[in-house]
Amino acid sequence: MAERAVAAGNAGSAGRAGSASRAGRIRRPEGPGKVAIAGLGLLLPGGVLILWQMLSHYGMISAMLFPAPYTIAQSFITLASSGELWINLRVSALRTLSGFLLGGGLGLLLGIVVGLFRRSEKLLDPSLQMIRMIPSLAVVPLFILWFGIGEESKVLLIAKSAFFPLYIHTFMGIRGTDNKLFEVARVLGFSRRQQILRLVLPAAVPNIMLGVRLSLGLAWLGLVVAELIASTSGIGYMMSDARQFADTPVVFVGIIVFAAAGLLTDTMVRLVERRLLRWQDSYQG
Amino acid sequence: MGEALLSIRQLNKRFDTAGGQVQALEDVELEVEEGEFITVIGPSGCGKSTLLRIIAGLDTGYTGSVTLEGKAIGGPGIDKGFIFQEHRLFPWLTVEKNIASDLPLGRPDIRQRVDELIELVKLGGFETAYPRELSGGMAQRVAIARALLRSPKVLLLDEPFGALDAFTRAHMQTVLLDIWRRNRTTMIFVTHDIDEAVFLGNRVVILEPRPGKIRKIVPIDLPYPRKKTTTSFQELRLKVLNYFEKVDELELKDGAGI
Ligand SMILES: Nc1ncnc2c1ncn2[C@@H]1O[C@H](COP(=O)(O)OP(=O)(O)OP(=O)(O)O)[C@@H](O)[C@H]1O
Ligand SMILES: [Mg+2]
Repeated sequence: MAERAVAAGNAGSAGRAGSASRAGRIRRPEGPGKVAIAGLGLLLPGGVLILWQMLSHYGMISAMLFPAPYTIAQSFITLASSGELWINLRVSALRTLSGFLLGGGLGLLLGIVVGLFRRSEKLLDPSLQMIRMIPSLAVVPLFILWFGIGEESKVLLIAKSAFFPLYIHTFMGIRGTDNKLFEVARVLGFSRRQQILRLVLPAAVPNIMLGVRLSLGLAWLGLVVAELIASTSGIGYMMSDARQFADTPVVFVGIIVFAAAGLLTDTMVRLVERRLLRWQDSYQG
Repeated sequence: MGEALLSIRQLNKRFDTAGGQVQALEDVELEVEEGEFITVIGPSGCGKSTLLRIIAGLDTGYTGSVTLEGKAIGGPGIDKGFIFQEHRLFPWLTVEKNIASDLPLGRPDIRQRVDELIELVKLGGFETAYPRELSGGMAQRVAIARALLRSPKVLLLDEPFGALDAFTRAHMQTVLLDIWRRNRTTMIFVTHDIDEAVFLGNRVVILEPRPGKIRKIVPIDLPYPRKKTTTSFQELRLKVLNYFEKVDELELKDGAGI
């Protein structure tokens, strides 16, 4: 009887402790607010910007090589209001997206196949690793010969860059599945299909999401390479065109647009990642 | 007595390792009736886990026969529930989805059974919590519910409460006995805690190590619910402990530690 009471009390307090810790994870009780934390990240670039503007203002750095932030902003407004910026950004974003979807999608698919089946690993992995070792820049001349300087060569170059992170991380995620959970799947009578859908793939999601982020980063990188080398449109073209006329502010605008676009896509992926990995128990800082 | 639910005859299991051969189990004979609660006790490395894993179909390559309802164990499956020492829940699934696992929670009959089991293991209010939000005892209760949903013919538990503190452990013992009283699921429960073995089991199987052998099977003829403080409980506990100490002496003579 007494034991019962202890047991019940135990369950009750366990319940309270559980829900309290759950709430604690969502809302931090003390410490600086979200805005203050976000502001922390702006401190450094903000300071640099102010210093830069001041140095330019007093003519202490070359206006040709380091145009003042104010000049860059003006150039940004000109490009934005003429529509030139948006047209080029649209072209670049479209290239990145299609290259990422093609390369990343293929990387995910092959990563799954090679991860799941040892035979396909033996068949495909050595060749893929060989291709991985070829620098992207080295295949550019070949791509241009084959496909001209049209969209295909650029999208393919981006796809090659985006392929490998997703391929490798998907593969690693699948191979990293905990053997102990495999035993559970066997005891629960999972079919081979269920083992893949309900164990292997969910277990690989953290790695796959990391692969997505790295692939996206490399896709933007591939875009810049493609557009700087041979192109008649896009942000990269806008930059190399400006370089020829020594229009340094436009080059800076291009850099800033690339940085912003990269950050934006990465943030979007991270939001998806957070949602997908709500279950993960790891250090949040 | 009719045909036993589970019968183990002349079971021998040897592991071939780099360091030589290990006789994990030798000539194990055990008959388990339907609805029985068997506890298995013995020092570390005496083959308790190996015995359970063979019954579960997880380990193969033994000699002798192991039959469930007269049929040889083919491989792992839902008729043999298994609770590991760690809860082994799927970390990405909530409590209720872990219990359902591969079964569709959307089906009304499964939904209802899952809800009943959550009630049975006293986890109401935690249906949508993730494993990381649970205490060790709660997670282990989810694992038990997950096994029970499949209505196993026998539930195999390998030191399921070994990692829990004394209070939680005592609580889990009453929860498990409650489940057993209601469902009459046949249980084989491995532990290295003598109190736990005597408190739970109809019979206590005492294993001795190197090679893993049954030393003695002690029937515990005490009515449930048992109280650990009664003299009859203490007498039986001492009886089991006695065999245990003989096992210890045996080990010391061989110059091997636990
Ligand atoms: N996979 C394996 N390969 C080789 N030897 C093994 C393997 N599994 C178990 N053994 C050996 O078999 C013997 C019995 O192991 P088992 O895990 O069944 O012991 P146990 O009674 O469960 O011990 P514990 O109480 O520590 O869990 C041990 O000597 C162990 O070294
Ligand atoms: Mg063990």
